[in-house]
Amino acid sequence: MADQLPNTPMLDELEKGKWPSFVKEIKTAAASNDMSKDLLGILEKSYSEKIGHWKHGGIVGVLGYGGGVIGRYCDVPKEFPGVSHFHTMRVNMPAAWFYTSDALRTIADIWEKHGSGLTNMHGSTGDIILLGTTTDELEPTFQELAQEGFDIGGSGSDLRTPSCCNGMARCEWACYDTMKACYDLTMHFQDELHRPAFPYKYKFKFAGCPNDCVASIARADMSFIGVWRDEIQIDQEKVKEHIDKGVDIVNDVILRCPGQCMKWDGKKLEIEDEYCRHCMHCINVLNKGLKPGKDRGCMILIGSKAPIVEGAQLSSVLVPFMKMEEPYDELKDLVERIWDIWCEEGKARERVGEFIQRVGLGNFLEAIEVEPLPEMIAHPRENPYVFYEEYYEEGDDDDEEEEEE
Amino acid sequence: MAEAQKERLTDIGPPHYQKFLPPVIKDNYGKWDYHEILKPGVMVHVAEGGDKIFTVRAASPRLVSIDKIRKYADLADKYCDGYLRFTSRNNVEFLLTDESKVDPLVKDLEELGHPVGGLGNAISNIVHTQGWVHCHSAATDASGIVKCVMDELSEYFTSMKLPGKLRIALACCLNMCGAVHCSDIAILGIHRRPPKVFDDILPKQCEIPSVVASCPTAAIRPASKDGKKTVEVIEENCMFCANCYTVCPAMPLNDPLNDGVSIWVGGKVSNARHEPMFSKLAIPFIPNNPPRWPEVVDAVKNLVELWAKNARKYERMGEWIERIGWPKFFKMAGIEFEKEHIDDFKFAGLTYKRSTHITY
Ligand code: HEM
Ligand code: HEM
Ligand code: HEM
Ligand code: HEM
Ligand code: SF4
Ligand code: SF4
Ligand code: SF4
Ligand code: SF4
Repeated sequence: MADQLPNTPMLDELEKGKWPSFVKEIKTAAASNDMSKDLLGILEKSYSEKIGHWKHGGIVGVLGYGGGVIGRYCDVPKEFPGVSHFHTMRVNMPAAWFYTSDALRTIADIWEKHGSGLTNMHGSTGDIILLGTTTDELEPTFQELAQEGFDIGGSGSDLRTPSCCNGMARCEWACYDTMKACYDLTMHFQDELHRPAFPYKYKFKFAGCPNDCVASIARADMSFIGVWRDEIQIDQEKVKEHIDKGVDIVNDVILRCPGQCMKWDGKKLEIEDEYCRHCMHCINVLNKGLKPGKDRGCMILIGSKAPIVEGAQLSSVLVPFMKMEEPYDELKDLVERIWDIWCEEGKARERVGEFIQRVGLGNFLEAIEVEPLPEMIAHPRENPYVFYEEYYEEGDDDDEEEEEE
Repeated sequence: MAEAQKERLTDIGPPHYQKFLPPVIKDNYGKWDYHEILKPGVMVHVAEGGDKIFTVRAASPRLVSIDKIRKYADLADKYCDGYLRFTSRNNVEFLLTDESKVDPLVKDLEELGHPVGGLGNAISNIVHTQGWVHCHSAATDASGIVKCVMDELSEYFTSMKLPGKLRIALACCLNMCGAVHCSDIAILGIHRRPPKVFDDILPKQCEIPSVVASCPTAAIRPASKDGKKTVEVIEENCMFCANCYTVCPAMPLNDPLNDGVSIWVGGKVSNARHEPMFSKLAIPFIPNNPPRWPEVVDAVKNLVELWAKNARKYERMGEWIERIGWPKFFKMAGIEFEKEHIDDFKFAGLTYKRSTHITY
């Protein structure tokens, strides 16, 4: 067991201040765990030398899975044997990160027995990150978690652990059941999640409304964002209550509306819903008075990715509106068609967004059998070099086409 | 061993979330009417039938020990029948039905050193990555800078005095494991020296054609040294993206003298008002200065306060800058505009000013 903690003058500086300290967390773990003790040592070394001490990669995993474990080795194993092997396990979190205290204790107990005692709650994709263990401990950790109902998450060229906002569980704006959809698709695509067979990673994120609290538009190959397509529900009385309580409706709401589709005549709020852009601002500000409409579903956007070019890394519209109802067959079918063409034609390490950039959205749509729509573009092309695929020859018979129909 | 006899389980997926929802959520699932922020870090959701759920949101360093996880669990037992959750920005949220327990819980959390806040027009937790704690690619540490920046900005977490929401994110290299590229303020670790090629180990560890193909600027070409096949880097073409290092361990870019931090501003994810936007370069380079990175902390604080002072209500950093224009922004922020601020990659021309719409 760990006796004395290493001398860490630089890290000690990070125990000061108002914000909770990760150094305190590592020290707490280090008091009873040699791996964490050496983590403290190696981190102090990085702080004084201004360079990391982790080696590149290494393939480790559990039987039958290709993903979910990240191999980590330090480059100074003699100095810090406790972290010579320091692999990370990603554990698929429950939808929207809800837990009971018992579930948390179960995870803590398993990780006390098998690893460093350090975690990330959570990783940026959403998994419970169990930081640091040896190869031998991976399988027992996995099986003990599994007996308690937890499975590991994605890594490598597979479906990454899907994540969602808390949606209908605790938000009045959810336009579809994000947690149910996230759980359903996660279960449906278990094989794709555990056994990397894609050109590169693929992420799903489910947000209940355009506020997008899980940043799906920036961080997911496929972003599912809740929307409505009928009228915003207005309760005029409650709108007035907001105004009585000090909301400056003209400056803070009407003039901020990107659709310029709201009117206030001093008594009544009117919205030209036809021109509403579904940005959520008015609903956010007047949250008692306004609600998304009743005809609700989701917009599907694709492809956050593609370094550097302004605009290209955000997901773009693929399906302007889809009803989100179990068993989500239409959605799953669309996903399968996308994966088919991407797996067939995508290059190694080419995200679907980059793939679309390379082949062109128009061609991509054709391959997945989706009709092109004006909702998919910010504006039509400015560039007149159009690749037409066919042309007429003199003598072509106009009637031929009609006959085919 | 009892466990060994159990059937080996695979592909079971995550536990069903229903197991973890408090009864008040199960009863009112999809039936919430409205919510109100009662004070910093505390909100109530009211259901159509009148049921209420109180949420207390507290800061977390994200890197937490099992000891802390158990403390969260104890607090959940003490105040919320064991129900709690974590947020997309790594805060922890306690879910209560009894309003009278809110204040005692807040007090306990503060005593535990976890400030309560992050709701409404506030700075929430900093989404961040692994850094020197766990990653080979890091140009800077993640948790350390986050700690120092939030120590300085915690008053904006525990209050709601800002004009709008402000999201800060940090990634310790361009791989960007945290989605920093759409944040009001993004802190991004960068390398500035081309990869060192370790000719001895390269042929053993890496496939030369894939290394060559990995470079987005075609700066890598096959070479041979002392009869051994390796690669060479055309240094003036290298933009330090580390794509080559990702596929080949024999080409590290990490370098204490040249690694550091860049700062980007004006991104957003939410669709509210303006469409989502990327963050844009504000400060090209600040050297690493552990353990407390004072220059980075000052730079971030300056940007936050400048925006807070000048933005209109609800205006996010990017919306504010779009209104006043970049020249004003640079002037007001006291940041020198340099060559590095001008994009020079594919389609860079789209980022040039192509009109007379300039303020003086
Ligand atoms: C060994 C070095 C690395 C470590 C320790 C590391 C660690 C992590 C962790 C813990 C997560 C969160 C995972 C989860 O919640 O499931 C993550 C996400 C991510 N990583 Fe890495 N990573 C590494 C290398 C890379 C590389 C080489 C790339 C890019 C080529 C990369 C890109 C990403 C991205 C884009 C995300 C997801 C961010 C999001 O969901 O918004 N990482 N990484
Ligand atoms: C009922 C109202 C809302 C609920 C229940 C809600 C819930 C959440 C939660 C739980 C988080 C994680 C926050 C954290 O840890 O600090 C979050 C993040 C976020 N929220 Fe909301 N939110 C609401 C309203 C809004 C509004 C009005 C906006 C925008 C105007 C918004 C935009 C965001 C954004 C951009 C994030 C950050 C996402 C990320 O980067 O991970 N949310 N929201
Ligand atoms: C969307 C596609 C385009 C549109 C709508 C467009 C439109 C125009 C218009 C309205 C003018 C002014 C004509 C006038 O003086 O009355 C013009 C001029 C010109 N365009 Fe285009 N154009 C397009 C694409 C192109 C392309 C692709 C090229 C060459 C590669 C081109 C080369 C020129 C040239 C050389 C002039 C004369 C410019 C001058 O007077 O200095 N245009 N174009
Ligand atoms: C502000 C500028 C930049 C933005 C907004 C940006 C954004 C992104 C995004 C969104 C991703 C996808 C992350 C994911 O996998 O989910 C990404 C990946 C990546 N970016 Fe950038 N990036 C920027 C600059 C750069 C630069 C300058 C380089 C290198 C010169 C670079 C290299 C990479 C690499 C290597 C990846 C991973 C590629 C892969 O997935 O194979 N990025 N970037
Ligand atoms: S994305 Fe929309 S529905 Fe989901 S939690 Fe945020 S505000 Fe609510
Ligand atoms: S949701 Fe946005 S676009 Fe639609 S009416 Fe409200 S403010 Fe205007
Ligand atoms: S951002 Fe870069 S350095 Fe940081 S954890 Fe991800 S890959 Fe590693
Ligand atoms: S760091 Fe990027 S640009 Fe430089 S050689 Fe490697 S792959 Fe090419």
